[in-house]
Amino acid sequence: MAEPGKNGTPMLDELEKGPWPSFVTQIKEAAEKNKMSKALLSLLERSYHERIGHWKHGGIVGVMGYGGGVIGRYSDLPEEYPDIAHFHTLRVNMPTGWFYTSDALRTICDIWERHGSGLTNMHGSTGDIILLGTTTDELEPTFAELTANDFDLGGSGSDMRTPSACVGPARCEWACYDTLALAYDLTQTFQDELHRPAFPYKFKFKCAGCPNDCVASIARADMSIIGTWRDEIQIDQKEVKAAEEAGLNIQRDVCNLCPTKCIEWDGKKLEIDDENCVKCMHCINTMPKALRPGKDRGATILLGAKAPIVEGALLSSVLVPFTKIEPPYEELKDMVERIWDFWSEHGKNRERVGELMQRVGLGNFLEAIEVEPTPEMLAHPRENPYVFYEEYYEEGDEEEEEEEE
Amino acid sequence: MATERRTDIGPPNYQNFLPSVIKKNYGKWKYHEILRPGVMVHVAESGDKLFTVRAGSPRLMSIHRIRKFADLADKYCDGHLRFTSRNNVEFLLTDDSKIDALIADLKELGHPVGGIGNAISNIVHTQGWVHCHSAATDASGIVKAVMDDLHEYFTGKEMPGKLRIALACCLNMCGAVHCSDIAILGIHRRPPRILGGLNKVCEIPNVIASCPTAAIRPATVEGQATVEIDEENCMFCANCFSVCPALPMADALNDGVSIWVGGKVSNARSEPTFSKLAIPFLPNNPPRWPEVVEAVRNIVEVWHKNARNFERMGEFINRIGWPRFFKLTGIEFQKEHIDDFKYAGLSYKRSVQLRH
Ligand code: SF4
Ligand code: SF4
Ligand code: SF4
Ligand code: SF4
Repeated sequence: MAEPGKNGTPMLDELEKGPWPSFVTQIKEAAEKNKMSKALLSLLERSYHERIGHWKHGGIVGVMGYGGGVIGRYSDLPEEYPDIAHFHTLRVNMPTGWFYTSDALRTICDIWERHGSGLTNMHGSTGDIILLGTTTDELEPTFAELTANDFDLGGSGSDMRTPSACVGPARCEWACYDTLALAYDLTQTFQDELHRPAFPYKFKFKCAGCPNDCVASIARADMSIIGTWRDEIQIDQKEVKAAEEAGLNIQRDVCNLCPTKCIEWDGKKLEIDDENCVKCMHCINTMPKALRPGKDRGATILLGAKAPIVEGALLSSVLVPFTKIEPPYEELKDMVERIWDFWSEHGKNRERVGELMQRVGLGNFLEAIEVEPTPEMLAHPRENPYVFYEEYYEEGDEEEEEEEE
Repeated sequence: MATERRTDIGPPNYQNFLPSVIKKNYGKWKYHEILRPGVMVHVAESGDKLFTVRAGSPRLMSIHRIRKFADLADKYCDGHLRFTSRNNVEFLLTDDSKIDALIADLKELGHPVGGIGNAISNIVHTQGWVHCHSAATDASGIVKAVMDDLHEYFTGKEMPGKLRIALACCLNMCGAVHCSDIAILGIHRRPPRILGGLNKVCEIPNVIASCPTAAIRPATVEGQATVEIDEENCMFCANCFSVCPALPMADALNDGVSIWVGGKVSNARSEPTFSKLAIPFLPNNPPRWPEVVEAVRNIVEVWHKNARNFERMGEFINRIGWPRFFKLTGIEFQKEHIDDFKYAGLSYKRSVQLRH
């Protein structure tokens, strides 16, 4: 059999057909001017034939003084594909909210044209700009040019990962706090934690402006900061009527779908029992002109989400039911430091904070980070009657206690 | 060199990248409307309007394509654009008379406009065979094949609610696949191979400790310290491989894809929830993975046909019940659908509320 990839890329060519934009076309565009991308194309064609990847575990590579931000990647066929024997990735911290000017984008492209494969991911799963593929020798020069142009690396390994934020107040009327400002502030405050892995495992922050959670923080962030409000949903009755006239079936598609059945519509007036509203956003999502979140806005802070590795996937759970999110965010950062301290001391290698919380129990965890337990933290109180009481009276204790008073 | 090495500067300040209409109306948006597929307007309290045109991208992009986006941003948006958390590109305009021309240019470049509101948005995905050592399947290839097939749902075909698809090429799950309406997940099905010289590259106690089911034990082979694996206890999680490169999992004969459904991250109506297993295994069949494309389309169509307004996949399935989901989709129910890891019992049916 002729070696796949050396005689064109018949399999990958199939993926240039069809209406969706093709990554193969992108690799080919880069391959016209770049031998690494050209080699990648052949190697990938080979993977498509063999149904297996050809990348090895990353070794430790990076830029001086940083422990994160570069993913070492080596081909397991270096002799056959010498141009991508090293094919390391740089994670570049994206501008918060993924806003760019055309000039900033061109700057990144020019740097990557000089130093790497010319291939990127816009963006990686955590949010970074991914510069896909270069050699060890090019890492320092790429880094120097990036920093000269005000860009810096993001996180990787057991460090704080690049915080990310939804578009927030920049464009969304539902943002209950300034997600961009908070994510940017956390990024700048914790540069050391971002660049020098010193934790048991990774730690992610994601800032979502409202319970719609457009950045999937509850599923993906060790600390999920989700905007919400605690007063009344703002109602414009005229616009409610207009929404109905425009064809919305308010009873069926709004009231009946409210999880706590706290909205009523009599054809003239929409009434919400705000004490029973759980801020799910459904009614607001369906009538954006008529309804808006309340004015007393802040966020719920949740902790512990992660993908399955090691002990199974977790969603974040409530840590602070409601707090104002305002600069300089001292209270939040103090709490983060207490969490990190406890985790660094008690976490096992590769144990995420959510797993630690499960292992020691939420009650003990809260005590350790000095947070008072509240019923909002639970779906329901325990069903299991085996309680670890920490103290008990011994005969004679009562008198002593009285004396103390 | 005279210049000092710059470190720990963080990303450029996003404020420098915001269009002036955003700077002016920051935090003062009043409402938005979807004008047509992929186009929305945000109206500020000041009355200012910001138009957004959203286009799909393959995520894996060359610098040449990004430069073309930059050119379009210059031509239509005073040099401003953004990306979304689902790898779409958004062009931000103040002049709605330019929208048609922008959309035409995007089409010319091969980027469909859509993905807003009750639509399928772009598929969040990972590296696959393009760049990862862990991959049990490719990412970009499946995404391309599935989006080719479903693109009409991106560009405007009416749907009952939002549908979010994600793909991860191994259980590490870079990407929020475990909370997606439909998740496509690469899986290994053969226990790790144990390479010679393991003790030279890995710490054996670490390797043993990495296994959540305690399937790894110390062993000696030909006088060399190594490990052995109790294959019956292996659940193919690849934790051991994550800490030890001498235990590769990838295997062309056994790797493939599983399909999960009914997860969500938004709090709208029902609480966020994990996706549940729909199809335990489909083969890796590059370049276009027809079995996966067909399976995803089938699930989308069953939901499309039967779901009520605003019902996400999981809400729909909760209403009709899982047995009926299997019946409607024709998916065979198998032993693998039953959880057997920690807390598995919580997923057993503990009532007689059944539909007969
Ligand atoms: S999470 Fe809420 S505030 Fe943020 S972009 Fe989404 S809908 Fe808007
Ligand atoms: S936000 Fe949700 S819970 Fe509150 S009134 Fe609206 S639909 Fe009901
Ligand atoms: S999901 Fe797994 S295989 Fe895919 S990029 Fe992430 S670690 Fe690699
Ligand atoms: S793949 Fe997972 S279960 Fe199997 S041996 Fe490795 S760590 Fe243990």
